[in-house]
Amino acid sequence: MKKNRAATDDPPLLRYLLCGIAFVFIGLFLALPLLVVFSEALAMGLGPVWAAVTDPDTLAAIRLSLLAAAIAVPLNTVFGIAASWAIVKFDFPGKAFLVTLIDLPFSVSPVVAGLIYVLVFGRQGWFGSWLTDHDIHILFALPGIVLATIFVTFPFVARELIPLMSDQGREEEEAALSLGASGFATFWRVTLPNIKWGLLYGVLLCNARALGEFGAVSVVSGHIRGQTNTMPLHVELLYNNYDYVGAFSVAALLALLALLTLALKSFLEWRYADELAAVHRH
Amino acid sequence: MTAATIFSRSTRSRFPGFGLSLGFTLFYLTGIVLVPLLALVLRPFSLHLEDFWAAVSAPRVLAALRLSFGMALAAAAIDTLFGFVVAWVLVRYRFPGKRLMDALIDLPFALPTAVAGIALSTLYAPTGWVGSVLAQHGIKVAYTPWGVLVAMIFIGLPFTVRTLQPVLQDLGRDLEEAAATLGATRPQAILRVVVPMMLPALLTGAALAFARGVGEYGSIIFIAGNLPMKSEIAPLLIVTKLEQFDYAGAASIGVVMLAASFVLLLALNGLQVWAAKRR
Repeated sequence: MKKNRAATDDPPLLRYLLCGIAFVFIGLFLALPLLVVFSEALAMGLGPVWAAVTDPDTLAAIRLSLLAAAIAVPLNTVFGIAASWAIVKFDFPGKAFLVTLIDLPFSVSPVVAGLIYVLVFGRQGWFGSWLTDHDIHILFALPGIVLATIFVTFPFVARELIPLMSDQGREEEEAALSLGASGFATFWRVTLPNIKWGLLYGVLLCNARALGEFGAVSVVSGHIRGQTNTMPLHVELLYNNYDYVGAFSVAALLALLALLTLALKSFLEWRYADELAAVHRH
Repeated sequence: MTAATIFSRSTRSRFPGFGLSLGFTLFYLTGIVLVPLLALVLRPFSLHLEDFWAAVSAPRVLAALRLSFGMALAAAAIDTLFGFVVAWVLVRYRFPGKRLMDALIDLPFALPTAVAGIALSTLYAPTGWVGSVLAQHGIKVAYTPWGVLVAMIFIGLPFTVRTLQPVLQDLGRDLEEAAATLGATRPQAILRVVVPMMLPALLTGAALAFARGVGEYGSIIFIAGNLPMKSEIAPLLIVTKLEQFDYAGAASIGVVMLAASFVLLLALNGLQVWAAKRR
């Protein structure tokens, strides 16, 4: 049976060709790299994977990564809410410029992000000698790692909330305020319920990047095994020591986390499409 | 509307928390982003300008910059071409595995770059699944400049697909219909009607992928081989110089890369204005 084709439908040959190209391209560049991680980790069975993941240095790296994310993500979340409240609910000169500045960390190389903190806090940096005199450690210690993580994940929550809150307008809050609700009650009971899924979406992406950041953290961490190595840095260390099973085991842990993030993200896009910024509704 | 005009004078007082929210925003932005960036921008001024030029125009630095920018440009072009095909397939066709493919596109956003780096390097090494096939044809990817290209294609792909997808979705089919009625074949309609309409989105996606590729570090250093003058990217050279305590040298390259980011950011803003005007 031959079906009638609409004028804007592609002929079957073109369709198969384009689908084929898409599958091969995605396979070569996305699917196979993901498969390699798990296949290399499991190359010698589950035993070595368990040994690598429960190694004290790995556990220290996991703890450090979780700690850095636990500080960076809430701070950037508070910032994202404050920035989007100021930008959406008020009119002031220089607003567009402020939005551009908030996006800036996304276009800066992670290595440059690490470098700037070295120039501020390093031994030859602005506060270098003062910090040495007072025995305060920022570089090659937790504060530096946290700062670098904050920088690279800086825009995630804000850039999710600004378009979403702009779409929603100001009327609902205006109604609450004119009925006598306090500012905090208005935010807590009107704004927050409206933006909660968008907020979660932003926090999810922020968290994934915070746990996975490599370049910026690599510059400021000092790579002290068991002390200032985060999970991605530990992967590098194991890999460079030719411990491939170990490296890919920790990498598989990070890949599982990435897959979980993607699954949650797809779920939010599917279930709460109307409550996310318009770009994610598809 | 009338209420809004009557009360327009008191806009500021009606919404609470202006001082607090903007104050915190500016404080946080200045402390985390602006002041540290200023430390980088001012650094070359602390040396003599000739020293800055000498640091930037050293052959090894120039080679690294050329590699980073050249390969990022090539990767952005490839990502735009194939990103268009992928976006087209995802928006226009129905096929098994579509949801999975759609979700997989964001993998480079979610997968830590170090993980991507060791995975790509293993995959494209002469002993790897893909590398061994290529090696039979005499093509070496891992540990050569082509490795840089592969990693940059990986890291940039979601930027082009995710920029094109919503635009393609909103694109009405009436112009394509008109083209078909006027006797255009399907490929003609796509290439001469759809592609020109998508031009702002194509350029935006390419610019985003390029910006990401130029600055990328984690996924590249494992696959590139990192030979000075050959397969050494600019961000790696910054790290190398920092490890040798050559702060001035590192800052000089950093300033060049930061300037490139600024130019790209301006170009992207310009593209957005252009796209809005065309709509």
